[in-house]
Amino acid sequence: MHESRSNADALVAVAMSGGVDSSVVAAMLHRDGVPLVGLTMQLWNQRRLPGLAPEGGASGRCCSLDDVYDARQVAQHVGIPYYVVNFEKRFEEQVVKPFVEDYPRRTHPHPVHPLQQLRQVDDFIDLARGLGAETIATGHYARIGVDPQTGRHQLLRAVDPAKDQTYFLFGLTQPQLARTRFPLGGFTKPQVRQMAFDFGIPVAAKNDSQEICFVPNGDYAAFIDAYFREQGIDPARAQGEIVDTGGRVLGEHAGVHRYTVGQRKGIGVAAAEPLYVIATEPATQRVIVGSNDDLLCGRFEAARVNWISIAPPAAPVRASVRIRNKHIPAAATLQPLPGDRVRVQFDEPQRAVTPGQGAVFYDGDRVLGGGWIESK
Amino acid sequence: MSRFYFDHNATTPVSPASGEALAAALCEVWGNASSVHREGQAARHRLEAARAAVATLIGAGHKEIVFTSGGTESANLALLGYVRAVERPRRHIVTTAIEHPAVLNAAMQLEREGVAVTVVSPDANGLVDPASIRDAISPDTVLISVMHANNETGVIQPISEIARIAQGNGIAVHSDGVQAAGKTLVDVAALGVDLYSISGHKFYAPKGIGALFVREGVRLQPLQWGGRHERSRRAGTENVPGAIAMGVAAATVDASDNVRIAHLRDRLEEAVLHRIPDTAINGAGPRLPNTANFRFHGIEGEAAVIALDLKGFAVSSGSACSSGAVEPSHVLLAMGQAPEQARSSVRISLGAGNTADQVDRLVDALVTAVAHLRRLSPAYAHA
Repeated sequence: MHESRSNADALVAVAMSGGVDSSVVAAMLHRDGVPLVGLTMQLWNQRRLPGLAPEGGASGRCCSLDDVYDARQVAQHVGIPYYVVNFEKRFEEQVVKPFVEDYPRRTHPHPVHPLQQLRQVDDFIDLARGLGAETIATGHYARIGVDPQTGRHQLLRAVDPAKDQTYFLFGLTQPQLARTRFPLGGFTKPQVRQMAFDFGIPVAAKNDSQEICFVPNGDYAAFIDAYFREQGIDPARAQGEIVDTGGRVLGEHAGVHRYTVGQRKGIGVAAAEPLYVIATEPATQRVIVGSNDDLLCGRFEAARVNWISIAPPAAPVRASVRIRNKHIPAAATLQPLPGDRVRVQFDEPQRAVTPGQGAVFYDGDRVLGGGWIESK
Repeated sequence: MSRFYFDHNATTPVSPASGEALAAALCEVWGNASSVHREGQAARHRLEAARAAVATLIGAGHKEIVFTSGGTESANLALLGYVRAVERPRRHIVTTAIEHPAVLNAAMQLEREGVAVTVVSPDANGLVDPASIRDAISPDTVLISVMHANNETGVIQPISEIARIAQGNGIAVHSDGVQAAGKTLVDVAALGVDLYSISGHKFYAPKGIGALFVREGVRLQPLQWGGRHERSRRAGTENVPGAIAMGVAAATVDASDNVRIAHLRDRLEEAVLHRIPDTAINGAGPRLPNTANFRFHGIEGEAAVIALDLKGFAVSSGSACSSGAVEPSHVLLAMGQAPEQARSSVRISLGAGNTADQVDRLVDALVTAVAHLRRLSPAYAHA
């Protein structure tokens, strides 16, 4: 086993989810003569929390047995070695437990995207290297380049803006990028689906998977409740008051994890004007509601910032900043602070800046870096 | 790429003799063994000859052999069939934590049916102490089920001592001999067991055929209801070609080859322990001649299995769950190992096709794979 990353004969490990995208990656690279091993990370057992998954199993989602079956079929069809690797314990320790246990203290209810877990990526790279594959390939929509001047690896937006996944990839480090390929970044989703049909891939017509694979139907609150029941914890401990920005009690809620900043529907309080969740207060388990204007925020600080396409800057930098996956990046000035922190000053205030979510800094197609939005 | 198969405890290739007998029987011995006519009689004749061959392999009388679909059905018929046939208000059984799921899950089913179940743990070497079985029995105990040889470690259990304890207390004994039959001498009379499960595909017969030894006079309730096949213990038209193939495999078990295999296993263990530091062998005491179970400190056995497969070597680690991913071996956990220890283990089980040259190649591949995985492992303290 040698360090021959540029070698055309070097083994590449494809992360296979059983979906269309990673299946096309396997078929494409195989067509190009790249020696491959297909791997599926078994992350979570959908049968573990009974009553949560819909009848007939969780098809079309990652982590389910159906998806492993699909991935195996695709690997067989393409003609590459394929294995399922047990990451359940690591996934529970690194993603599920922190997400669930933290939730009364959390200020937003969504779990961290698995891709944002650096250790997940490192674990996968380590596994691949252990098998003799110095490079991994995945079906994510993003591109990787190299800056000829600095030699730094660049993370670039996918050509298909509707599918671009760079928001979830801002934590990738230079060593990780050096070992990663995103072969779909230069294609649109319709092109990829056409390729799937052209390759005769058995799952060509399959629906896209959702972002958080282990939570059936995206129902985080139900998932947390079920997980708590399994662990013998009373979900009721997160009950608390709904208050307005002046601290006046308007009602009660059944758990902070049921609310997300910017949410309008299902607050459970009647008011003359539309009410929005402005913030959730972990310490007091209060949900603070207010008007749409109360949601606007002109600046925030990001912590644990990872710089990708540029070296950590010493002076302020202009960038477009995205604070949610579907947020349209907004012009801002980045003021570097000591300790991997950045102060983000928007040109125009933005709606629902949510502590705990990622903030990603763009310069055109380039991802400069990103960090985690801090509480004010 | 050449392939080297070192996973004979999972399954064995069908021997040419057994395979040829199967192919011939499929087309030629198609009669129903229960029929009156000559076609039926021909099938009956071959079925009974196969039964005699299987009986001889384990020192049983031919009337004491019930053909089944395999090891799981045999063990289920033994546990469920025996205990359900006992008419007593309170029933209790004793088994061990290192049993195959065919036994453990059958015991769990009995528990759901109101039977008390005691699961005895082995010691750190994977050996079940007869004294711990004695301590577990009660006046309600009707059956003790202890495997003869363990599939993960190869450790051979003291069945005859356990059977003596049982006999003194009027308790029946089942032993799961799926791994032992064909690999070591089995004599059910000397062992003193009442029920003994075996499976054809573990000794070079095809899948889908197995047998249960039922000592004469032992009553069983059948698992499935139908005709009076197999002396009313296993309804369903007999799988005559499968039984014939199993009979041929039983008759061609080569005791001298087991001696050769034991030497290969010792060669493997010596070389691995000599060339790979921080390595231990799981299981001690009397063992099957073909099984070596290594614990390579600081690596994931699952990764080693995949890396070796990519290089042409078939070995195993832990047990496959429904997705095909690997879970740590419940046997090693029952021996008191931490999950990290159990996960760092690799099982190599040799068989008829293996040669000294193959073993040497496997050792080289293991040395390379373990060293590579340890270089990448945060769990391995680098010197």
